[in-house]
Amino acid sequence: MADTAVHADAHVDHGAHHTSTGLSNNKLAMWMFLGSECLLFGGLISTYMLYRGRHSANLGPDQVWDIPFTSASSFVLLMSSLTMVLAVSSANRDDDRNTKLWLSVTALLGALFVAGQVYEFTTFYREGLGFTTSLFSSSFFTLTGFHGVHVSVGIIMLMSLVGMISKNKVVGDKKEVVELFGLYWHFVDVVWILIFTLVYLIPA
Amino acid sequence: MAIIERPSDEVEVVDQSTPSEATPESSYGVFRRPVETTGWKSWLFTIDHKKLGIMYGVVAMFFFVVGGIEAMLIRLQLAGPNGTVLSADKYNQMFTMHATTMVFLFVMPMAAAFANYFVPLQIGARDVAFPRINAFGFWAFLFGGLFLNTSWFLGGGADGGWFMYAPNSSVAFSPSNGVDFWGLGLQITGIASLTGAINLIVTVINMRAPGMSLMKLPIFTWMVMVVQFLLLFAMPVITVALFMLMFQRSFDATFFSVEAGADPLLWQHLFWIFGHPEVYIIVLPSFGIVSEILPVFSKKPLFGYPLIVFSGAAIGFVGWGVWAHHMFASGLGPISVAAFSVATMAIAIPTGVKIVNWTLTMWGGKIKFTVPMLYAVGVIIQFTIGGLSGVTHSVAPSDTQQTDTYYIVAHFHYVIFGGAVLGLFAGMYYWWPKMFGKMLNERLGRVNFWLTIIGMNLTFGPMHIIGLQGQPRRMYQWTENRAGEGFFNIGFWNLIASIGTFVLALGVLLFFVNIYVSHRKGTEKAPLDPWDARSLEWITTSPPKEHNFDRLPQVGHLDEFFHRKYEDRGADGHHEFHQVATAEEVVAEEENNADGHIHLPSPSYWPILLAFSLPIMAYGVIYNLFLLLGGAVLALVSFYGWGLEPHTAPEEDYDPPTGTSMEVAAHG
Amino acid sequence: MSTVTEQHDTHGDEHAEHGLTDLGYIKIAIFLAVITAVEVVFSYTQEQLGAAFLPGLLILMAVKFFMVLLYFMHLKFDSKLFSLMFYIGMTLAVGCYAVFLATLHFFQS
Repeated sequence: MADTAVHADAHVDHGAHHTSTGLSNNKLAMWMFLGSECLLFGGLISTYMLYRGRHSANLGPDQVWDIPFTSASSFVLLMSSLTMVLAVSSANRDDDRNTKLWLSVTALLGALFVAGQVYEFTTFYREGLGFTTSLFSSSFFTLTGFHGVHVSVGIIMLMSLVGMISKNKVVGDKKEVVELFGLYWHFVDVVWILIFTLVYLIPA
Repeated sequence: MAIIERPSDEVEVVDQSTPSEATPESSYGVFRRPVETTGWKSWLFTIDHKKLGIMYGVVAMFFFVVGGIEAMLIRLQLAGPNGTVLSADKYNQMFTMHATTMVFLFVMPMAAAFANYFVPLQIGARDVAFPRINAFGFWAFLFGGLFLNTSWFLGGGADGGWFMYAPNSSVAFSPSNGVDFWGLGLQITGIASLTGAINLIVTVINMRAPGMSLMKLPIFTWMVMVVQFLLLFAMPVITVALFMLMFQRSFDATFFSVEAGADPLLWQHLFWIFGHPEVYIIVLPSFGIVSEILPVFSKKPLFGYPLIVFSGAAIGFVGWGVWAHHMFASGLGPISVAAFSVATMAIAIPTGVKIVNWTLTMWGGKIKFTVPMLYAVGVIIQFTIGGLSGVTHSVAPSDTQQTDTYYIVAHFHYVIFGGAVLGLFAGMYYWWPKMFGKMLNERLGRVNFWLTIIGMNLTFGPMHIIGLQGQPRRMYQWTENRAGEGFFNIGFWNLIASIGTFVLALGVLLFFVNIYVSHRKGTEKAPLDPWDARSLEWITTSPPKEHNFDRLPQVGHLDEFFHRKYEDRGADGHHEFHQVATAEEVVAEEENNADGHIHLPSPSYWPILLAFSLPIMAYGVIYNLFLLLGGAVLALVSFYGWGLEPHTAPEEDYDPPTGTSMEVAAHG
Repeated sequence: MSTVTEQHDTHGDEHAEHGLTDLGYIKIAIFLAVITAVEVVFSYTQEQLGAAFLPGLLILMAVKFFMVLLYFMHLKFDSKLFSLMFYIGMTLAVGCYAVFLATLHFFQS
């Protein structure tokens, strides 16, 4: 009976009980949050695009980027999305052991990415590109810094989830919790897909 | 009679195929969960949307008075030439804090108060989708608002205008910590807005009573939904701007420093991309309230319900495309100016549709001018005046003269005070009996209304004149030799405006007097349905029981409550309504068929703890890194505590119930 | 040992309507890695590509973006309501910020 705005897809969401649309409250909330994050990162990316050319002659993007290194970093983050999907897949099969395994690998790859960022930033700093050096540097570090914080929070979330699964302390539908953490993680990866191209690969 | 189970299964049903051991009995927690139903703890740890709504309202009214005093000081300063009430610096702080307080700490939370209280009731739900997040949002708002205002005692309030244009708001030109308090305070309250938005949208989409389709939602709920979407997407934009401002002020970033190559318009664009949706966030809830009140007191259904829904959505959508009309005189260039000018004219159309529909609702109706109806009609008239001046702003060449003058101040006060604030007072008088079981005194209400109308027109009417005569905004003094002559002597009109402020203040004072008078000992209890209303929130006791509805209502119509009381015996499209039940009978019917088991979520102390960590961190950013770290630790602990907490409290946390007439079913 | 009920028989199913198998996801990941490699090659061969450079790079970026969104984040297989929520935000972001940059003459050479 179509008293609901949207018909639930054949794929019924976990935890989607007794709601008007048959969809899970938590999942709806997460997608709305991700929609709003588009405006957050959009603002940071736009500011960067505006300011990317405002720097001194020898400290611009084309001078400081190490494309091979960043490409490797990007690959690592991309693969972490794969391992995240495998974690969700394991959770859907009630396979706690592999869920924890893949969540941990995801967190590890994420940590590797963050380590790469830290190395990259300290290199830039040593080369003379600090946070306040130029508008280019301020907007670059703000954008990638926000992204890095999102990744770091994600890593903490993933490891906490591993712990909670171990102690069987997950509140609510475990499959859904893993899926929702996954959505957050993939979004963070998606933002990096944008950053990698727009910031690093497009020359000034 | 409904049996309420407190220690019970979780509200969201656990997936049985993966049983988790996070059952209520095995929660962590050094302290038992708060489960009190009376006393101060029942307010501090509540997750009940009605209690939270009341608290939002009380705090909002407190800030209304604060903002009003700030306004009165401004008008005292401008009542005569060469004013000496406020120094130039204090004046800057005063108009900044007046606007910030009124917009962020009064109008928005007041609308949130009504939204929190009534949206679940209007859709036939027992609470919102995420009750603990709801509680967190309220406390974050309160602590953020208080934090912002401690700036007065800690070096001075923010002084860059509520729109805080950079680079004027950077350290060089605003050296005190006022702007830092402003930026951080708004980040805190912004989190409340964002989480509240997610909460209410999910609630309306997913928690409607059976039969309540989207096109049967009351208009107030529809307008609140549109507002939440606006908040959801607009808040991140100002978040970006505020972070960049704080990085500039605290870490010497040069985002807004023109001498370092920055674009002088970056702040303005980011602020107004947020700022324009913000003004619809301000006014749409009141449009919703008016849409509730007019049909009830015209004894006619709302004219053109689908048009009102779609025009509300249209306003929300088109509102994203007009922001640079706040920047017509900033050097955008002719193409941008022309584009935004046309878009701004376009947005007048859906608003006009609403005005027409409201008017046609009243046309041919049996109109009863109760106080809520007076306020609702007041909204239509006063907002239209503000809208007309708004249309003149959309014509960019005219706006070039008008901008930064008092003509603009007149416009936005007519739309904000005349539109949003009058609507909120209408809601107060309309819903007071349902919330508190007492009617607000009608006679006092009338005096309150007329003083408010006279006061606001005396205050803001003359501002059209003095603005077009050239008095700029944000100038702390005016002088005789610039005042002009005759009818247009701005000195005369400034005085009138200042006198108007006091008339307004008297009107507002009378509102508080009305509350006191109406709740004295011996005043009569309000009837269940004093207005012969139409929507679901009236199928409850006054005030509603904690669980709202004894039986979740089955909805068959728009204006479901009306259709339970009145049967249509007309034929051939002609309507003839006969009363078949009183309100009391409708409510009794629900009580007699109460749902057997009602699940309510349990209170929690994590929301207030998490909220409390936010101002601690904010003070830490301004003063001391250890505070920041301490606040972060509290936040982290709160996150984990919250994440590990089941939705309902364990059985042994409950004392035997006190002061409640409900039986609590024991669980084995 | 879990009983996989009707509702949860999704990721084990190879039918496209219900999502991908683990192998399917690995294939997508390989595809994404290849696209990334192509992007990097693009960045080193800007002159040879000429006018095709920028649009090509942006298209590759968009392909990766939507692959992760639609498959890894499962948006293709889920209720359209989730898509609506995300795309409203995405559209507003792209729209407002593009206009913002345009107003500041970013797209003029």
